[in-house]
Amino acid sequence: MRKIAVNNLDSLFAAIAAEYKLYIPVDTDAGAKFSEWSEGAKLSDALNTVRSAKDFFFPQTENLVDFKMEGKTIEIIDNRSECEDFAVFGVRACDVKSFEILDRVFLSEPVDTYYKNRRDHGVIISMACNKPAETCFCGTFGIDASAPEGDIVCYKTDDILYLEAKTEKGEKLLALVAALTEDTDNSAVEAQKKLIKERLDRLPLKNLKADAFGDGKTSKFFDAPEWSELSETCLGCGTCTFVCPTCQCYDIKDFNTGHGVKRFRCWDSCMYSDFTRMAHGNSRNSQLERFRQRFMHKLVYYPTNNDGLFSCVGCGRCISKCPINMNIVKVMKKLGGKEND
Amino acid sequence: MQEITRDILLERAEALLADGTVDRVLGWKKGEFAYDVTPAVFTTADELRAEFVWNDFCGANFSKYLIKETAKKDTKVLVFLKSCDTYSFNQLLTEHRFDREKVYVIGVPCNGMLDPKKVKDKAESVLSVTDNGTEVAIETLYDGIVTVARDELLPDRCLNCKSKKHVAYDELLGTEGDVVANARFDEVARLEAMTPDERFAFWQNELSRCIRCNACRDVCPACTCEKCVFDNPNSGVDNKAPANEFEEKMFHIIRAFHVAGRCTDCGECSRVCPQSIPLHLLNRKFIKDIDEFYGEYQAGAEAGSRAPIVNYDLNDLEASEAVERGNE
Repeated sequence: MRKIAVNNLDSLFAAIAAEYKLYIPVDTDAGAKFSEWSEGAKLSDALNTVRSAKDFFFPQTENLVDFKMEGKTIEIIDNRSECEDFAVFGVRACDVKSFEILDRVFLSEPVDTYYKNRRDHGVIISMACNKPAETCFCGTFGIDASAPEGDIVCYKTDDILYLEAKTEKGEKLLALVAALTEDTDNSAVEAQKKLIKERLDRLPLKNLKADAFGDGKTSKFFDAPEWSELSETCLGCGTCTFVCPTCQCYDIKDFNTGHGVKRFRCWDSCMYSDFTRMAHGNSRNSQLERFRQRFMHKLVYYPTNNDGLFSCVGCGRCISKCPINMNIVKVMKKLGGKEND
Repeated sequence: MQEITRDILLERAEALLADGTVDRVLGWKKGEFAYDVTPAVFTTADELRAEFVWNDFCGANFSKYLIKETAKKDTKVLVFLKSCDTYSFNQLLTEHRFDREKVYVIGVPCNGMLDPKKVKDKAESVLSVTDNGTEVAIETLYDGIVTVARDELLPDRCLNCKSKKHVAYDELLGTEGDVVANARFDEVARLEAMTPDERFAFWQNELSRCIRCNACRDVCPACTCEKCVFDNPNSGVDNKAPANEFEEKMFHIIRAFHVAGRCTDCGECSRVCPQSIPLHLLNRKFIKDIDEFYGEYQAGAEAGSRAPIVNYDLNDLEASEAVERGNE
């Protein structure tokens, strides 16, 4: 365990930024966001960023390949290049867990090389949540906000930042800033963990259970009459899917440049009318079906295909951002039975 | 605090269900917290008693839902509309977007709805919210009770409320209000006073945050195309992500043009934007221009009215004059 005084954070960030492209959460008029560190940037105290950290590995839009046409020849231009090393500071436990969920999709065969490139070069510096919010329910999915995963795990008290490397990548980065930090025992961090655990125990959603869902529950929930009521006033916008750290569906589109094609991929949303539209048409023609898809994916389909792992991390962004205030918590309470009330 | 209590709305809804005037009620359903109220369709008195709410977080404008609701069945639906919502209601009627005969409207006076974003900016981890009239007490997880002046929690659209008057209803609860003086064009005037470069930088910054979730379009009572051009794979402009930076601006500018003269300034676009983009300012610029070019006009004030830009008048501004003024 290493430590550094909070009023020395600028020098820590400067030292990291000398070797890595460094991103930290900063405050803006529109909420906290991850922003590239530069001299004078101030670390946000906000619990979480408006957009999730998945953007670092799975950006909203990216160019996959270019095709250039000249006469009867088509040149295929591979734009891929090795990503530079970068570090993301202040990732919360929920968002760190989302990387595992994304990894299982993008790093399974055939490996998504675009994603892997960024994953290989990114260092995750996580931060325990001193003040989990009323919208937090990471505990429902077995995530401990007092002990996040990550390459380096941080704890922050009023005046000290504690850092502990958990992986080789993390050790390499910490070694770089060894001169700025000093060794310390675990006692202060243990006290901080205890405080956080007490706070997690006071959260209004602490009793939310996911037990009713998971592997093999498709037939139990697919035709549940409650979907109609739950999806009744859904606008069909993509807010929930785009602020979600685990939503990973994308579409691949061709942009006609006039002399060729830019093939890009962009986030897709199961809430949209042309989601998975194919030559034969669309398999989900009503908003009920599209709405059901999102929650079944998180609570049933994904766990069925991934050893029971749910693909929600309880970050609470959808709770804050849905225009009609419908969200996974309400879905789980409605469908999950009495134990969730 | 709202003039009319939840119990009064509940009593009316139950009575109208019981006497068969309506067979369902479009109302607000309570959430997990104080602020996460969800629009819902209630069909029984029991459901209403258990989950219906009317409080400071019932900001959603129900007018657009009437398109879907009235297409569903031949029976009547009860809808509660705030004064600003009734302008959207009239505008949709003007555009023949739903069947008036299938709707029973109860007008509800509104004292301004609180903005959950502002509540959370003032107080972290909100457990409950109590409106005491001029002040609001916010119970938090870590800082006890935080007391804030109510005005500080109102969204722009309520601070600049254009009308307390209900322009459509079958029945009105409480006292009727008036069209009210407001400063809603001040911010537009401030943008107009900028140099083109400053103004470009302003919108560049705001619109750069857009994640193209389409919430602004999907909630907008003026956006009622059955198939939006941006969703239509055959349009050539359908895109879920911008091909370049400018495209994002195009989306919002085109949308503002499309609703020009029809936008009632209900402010739903800015309410729902997850990235806090002040989209209503684009629409207000159009409203201000229309007012100045063709004389004052409020979309939705009167059902069936012809908006200046779909009407012809000998006194209309020549196109060349409009261009000239745009260049000033």
